This record gives sequence, C-alpha cells and structure tokens, in this order.
Amino acid sequence: MRTYLLRRIFTLIPLLLGVTFLAFLLIYLAPGDFLSQMAENPQISAETIEAMRTKFGLDQPWYVQYGLWLKNVFFHLDFGESFAFRQPVFHVIAPRLGNTLILALSAAVVAWGLAIPLGILSAVKQYSWRDKTASFLAFLGLSIPEIFFALLMMYMAAKTGWFPVGGMRSLDHDQLQWGAQIGDILHHLVLPAIVLGTVPMAGRMRQMRANLLDVLRLDYVTTARAKGLDENVVIWKHAVRNAINPLITLFGFTLATLLSGSFIVEIVMNWPGLGSLTLEALLKQDLYLVMGSVVIAATMLVLGNLIADVLLALADPRIKYD
Amino acid sequence: MSSSTSMGAAAPLGGRAIGVRVEPDSGPERGAVDRSPWQIFWREFRKSPVALAGAGILFVLYSSAIFADFLAPWPMPKQDLDFGYHPPTPVHWFADGRFVGPYVRGTELIDLGRSTYRVIPGSRHPIRFFVQGTETYRVLGLVPTRTRLFGVDAPGHVYLFGSDKYGRDTFSRLLYGSRVSLSIGLIGIAISFFIGTLVGGLSGYLGKGVDLVVMRVTELIMSVPALYLILALRASFPSNVPSDRMYLIIVVILAFIGWASLARVVRGMVLSLREFEYVNAARALGAGTLRILFRHIMPNTMSFLIVAATIAVPGYILGEVTLSFLGIGIQEPQASWGNMLTEAQNIRVLKSFPWMLIPGFFIFIVVLAYNFLGDGLADALNPRKVTGGKS
Repeated sequence: MRTYLLRRIFTLIPLLLGVTFLAFLLIYLAPGDFLSQMAENPQISAETIEAMRTKFGLDQPWYVQYGLWLKNVFFHLDFGESFAFRQPVFHVIAPRLGNTLILALSAAVVAWGLAIPLGILSAVKQYSWRDKTASFLAFLGLSIPEIFFALLMMYMAAKTGWFPVGGMRSLDHDQLQWGAQIGDILHHLVLPAIVLGTVPMAGRMRQMRANLLDVLRLDYVTTARAKGLDENVVIWKHAVRNAINPLITLFGFTLATLLSGSFIVEIVMNWPGLGSLTLEALLKQDLYLVMGSVVIAATMLVLGNLIADVLLALADPRIKYD
Repeated sequence: MSSSTSMGAAAPLGGRAIGVRVEPDSGPERGAVDRSPWQIFWREFRKSPVALAGAGILFVLYSSAIFADFLAPWPMPKQDLDFGYHPPTPVHWFADGRFVGPYVRGTELIDLGRSTYRVIPGSRHPIRFFVQGTETYRVLGLVPTRTRLFGVDAPGHVYLFGSDKYGRDTFSRLLYGSRVSLSIGLIGIAISFFIGTLVGGLSGYLGKGVDLVVMRVTELIMSVPALYLILALRASFPSNVPSDRMYLIIVVILAFIGWASLARVVRGMVLSLREFEYVNAARALGAGTLRILFRHIMPNTMSFLIVAATIAVPGYILGEVTLSFLGIGIQEPQASWGNMLTEAQNIRVLKSFPWMLIPGFFIFIVVLAYNFLGDGLADALNPRKVTGGKS
C-alpha cells in the first residue's frame, strides 16, 4: 500500500507541473498586459509596477517567466499578487476554498444520505410504484441543469421566505452567539447543498439500486433465505453490505467532482467559494488569481481521486495495489 | 464478437446500468426474416416510448429553430420600452359565451417602477395567422418573405411567454436563441467526436510513444475541473468580440475540453479490438494503418460512440448556456438561452417576473430529451441484440 501511495504521489508531480504550464500558457496568451492595466490605476505607484515586472520577469522571455512563476509557486506558495484584492493570491483563495469544501461536503452528505436508503427501497420493492417514482425522479434529477435548478430554488426562497436568498451569512452574523452562527451558516447551506447534491444523489441512487438488485440474485442470498433467515436480516446484513461497497469508493470521486461542480451553484446563490472567486477574477482581468484558482482546483480534483483510490483499497480487501 | 468489449465500455456512461436482455435465439424468427442493421435498430428503438418521446421533442425543437423567423411573431432585436416585464398574455377563445377564435386583451401600464399592467376591460385583439411582418427574412436562407405565423394588429401585444426588461418578446427570443444554443451542441460534439476518435484510435492502435503522449495530454485536460478550464481558456481570448466570432470561440473551447474523455474511451476499445484475428488478417493482406483503423476497427466502436455522443451533447449545450449566462459568452442583442437567463440572476427581477425562468425550463427539456434518446439508443444499439449485422 505504501509503495502504491508513493508511486501515485510521484506521478502526480508531472501532472501538476503540466497543469501549471497549461495555466501559465493561458496567462501568456491572454490579450493585453495586465500590468499596463495596473498602471492606469493612480493608487499604484510606478515603483510597485516596476517591482512586480521584475519579480515576475515580465520583461524576460516566456520560459524564464514560467520558471520564475513556478519557483514562486513551489517554494513560497506564492501564486503572485491579486490585482483586485491587492493581496497575495493564496491569501485570497484560502478562505474561499474552505467555503467551497464546506458546500461540497454538505452536498455529498445530502446525496449519500438520500441515495442509499432510496436505492435500497427501490431495489427491494422493485417495480412497485415507489420504485417507479424514485427512478423517475432520479432521471429528472440527472437531467435538471444546475443553473435552472439554482434559480428555481432562489425563486422559491424569495417567495416563501423559508430560506435565505443566497449568500453564506446573514447581515447580523457577527453579532450572533457561537452556536447561532453555525445555525445561520447551516440555514444558508440548505438550498445550495440540495442543488449541488441532486445530480450525484440521482446517480448514486440508480447505482445503489442496480448493485443491490445484482447482489440479491446471488446464490448466497438464496442460501440465506433458504436457511429461513428473516428477510430484514437477509437484506440488511447480507445483501446491502456487499452492494454498498462500490459507493463508499465513489464518495471520494464525488467529493472531487463536487469541488469543481459547485461553480454554478456558488455563482447563482452567491456562495463565497472558489468558483465565484474565479469568475470575479476573470471579469476583473485579475489573471494571476484566475490561474491560481485553476491550479488549486486541479490539485483538489487530483487529490480527491487519489483519496478515492485509497478508500477503495481500504474498503475492499480483494484489491491489492502492491 | 465485439459485443463483450462494447458492453464493458458502456458502463462508464454516467454510471448508468444498461440492462442486457438476451434475445431468445429461437430458430424461426432468426431464420425467416433477414433484416438490415438499420431495420433491427429501428425495431428495437420503436419499442421504447421514452426514447421516441425524446427524439420527437428534439425534432420539434430543432425544426422550430430552423423556422424561427416564421414562428416568432417579432424580429429578434425588436424592443418596446413601454412594455417592459409584461406578463404572459393569456389567449382567449370565447367572448360573451360564444366562440370567436383566439384573441388577447389589451393592457396598459399602471406602475412604471414595478412594471405592473392592467387589462383594459372589453378590449379584444384577435390573433391573426400568416400576417405580414415589418421585416424581410429568408426561409432556409433562400426564399425572401415577410410572412410570420401569427401576430396581432397594432395597439395589441401578444407575449406568449411575457417580455423582458426592454419589452422584447420572450417567445420570439427563445426561438432565435435556440438557433445558437441548440446548434452549438451539435457542432461541438461533431468536432470533439472527430478529434477524439482520430486521436484515440491512433493512440490505441499505434501504442508506444504516441499512446504515452496522448494519454498524458488527456490526463492533463481532465485533471483540471471543466468549468475552471473553460474560464481560463475564455480568459485567453479577447473579452469583447462580435457574436459570430464568439460562437466559434465557444465551440473551440468546448471541443478542446470534450475530445479528451472520448479519446480515452476509444483508445481503450481499440486497444482490445486490435488483438482480434480479423485485424491480423487485414494486416496480412497488406492493409495500411488508417485503413485497418477506420475500415475494420472503428466500425465496431460506432454503436457505443453514437450513444456516448448523444449523452454528451447536453454538456456542450450547458457549456454555452453557462458562458452566456455569466456574461462572457454570446452577447446581447443576439439571443441565447444562456444570456436570456442572466437577468433572472437579479433576485428582485426573479421574484416579480418569474417568466424570466422560461428559457431555463427549455434547457431542462432539451437535456431530458437527449438523455431519453441516449437511453433508447443504448438499448436499441446494444450489440448483443444486433448480432449478425454488418456495420
């Protein structure tokens, strides 16, 4: 296991190097010199701009620029300055990344919390009206575009007043008690987590149903029934445990995709995460911030997949990586 | 023969479980009628009402995109600033208890700030069919005409789906917007498909160095979350470009991202197919690389690829919708389903004028229709059933 892990981490290095190169290439290709845009801002002195020009080597050829950028990223976690926030890119990204993680994790909890019981119900009561309803809803859930769903939820929130209309904190959040602050964030979290969790929920439900149906056809289930075991014991103790296995692994993958998939939800529902930050950065031509976010997002995705693979090995004793 | 590989690769289709129903091999049915692959396909496809519904919905939507000028009562850019955020006008059929044909009531603005309207009592503007519009357009780009399907006479307004901030007819703009939003998916998938099969096929068949390089590149593209990559790519193009060039830029961006996953799947299938004896036979007969690849190997991957492509189209449509929705795609005054939704992001607008969400509903319908169609195709093209068919 350890050698496998080391080997995987080792192969991540060229991959992430590639991502940084791609990101850098895109900065380089972007039209206009962003420092010239800064120069138009009277608040930024000519010396600062000159200092940045030297720091990022903008007067040098592109490969030197890339080398400098890479050096700063690797040794100092310095993705450059955000022009709009007047702060190092990493400082701007870190809290936003935390918010995105909160959202992605909640969505995953919503998805799994609903998908597994619904999938089991569907499989056990195959072809019943409950199964048909659940399967139909799952199909709708897989097809509903996030933009539309998020807007629909915002409309619902605005009309009923049951949930806050977007955002992560109320205006009086800072005056609240510690417990009430968490409650406030959770209240804001409900709708975005539902919107973000729907697609994986629908997908996992169908999968849980299919897995369990497969397992229920196996001989050992027939044996268990023939022994005269209670149907509940057969399903919960014998069948579900095996059927649920692949879904545990997928938790890691889903978390990784949710991190990037939360983009739309963050923007429509004003969730202050990495996605909405990236869009802001793009609109403000804050290019180092855009590229910093891209690299961080890619890192999260790749690490998520790695964790998923490790989970798979831990959950399934038949899988050996060494 | 190839069935086992095709089935294996069908699993990653969004994690869908594709049921394998093995047809009974009973003699008389098989022997009596000789069916072409298309006939077999059609016979299977017809059995699924859901797939037929999906195909039907797409047919209607794409046809109405082609005939948008005729079906839309208004030209795309036409505004009427006195009628901003006008609610959908109900169509009435009866007056004083008797049938008089379709008509709408006249309305007048009573509160400019809140865009509230009052129905003028007793007013009646009949909806006329095959009216002469003010602008000339060309049917299929050929026949010039001014005839539009329906409209009402001057003081009346027919807003089937309401109007937007500038008093533009949502129904008309939905039709014009569908030209952009629906076509971009097809063009995007066509380009991705071409690159993906070519690169993936060569990678799988040639192996070695080519394969190594191609696989690292696809991994690279796939390890950046799609929307972040879309935004980063978008940033490397100028921000203000005319709509027709923007359309191209979006297609290029989406195709750049989309080919990678397709190439990986094709590569995997080719990798196993190239070991078959008929490939060896073709090679022994002196066939060249491209001939073996495209005459002998690729046809075996087609049924899978058609399904994969069908299910992938919504991704491209949503890509355009997302970019335009965020204001960095198709720009006003050109309508697209994405930029029509931009206004709904303003919660005050959304709350008071919910019909601004209608384009979103249509996006939903299109995605649903493609998924229905994809499921139906997956069943009908299931290679276990299409035994004996030549590609």
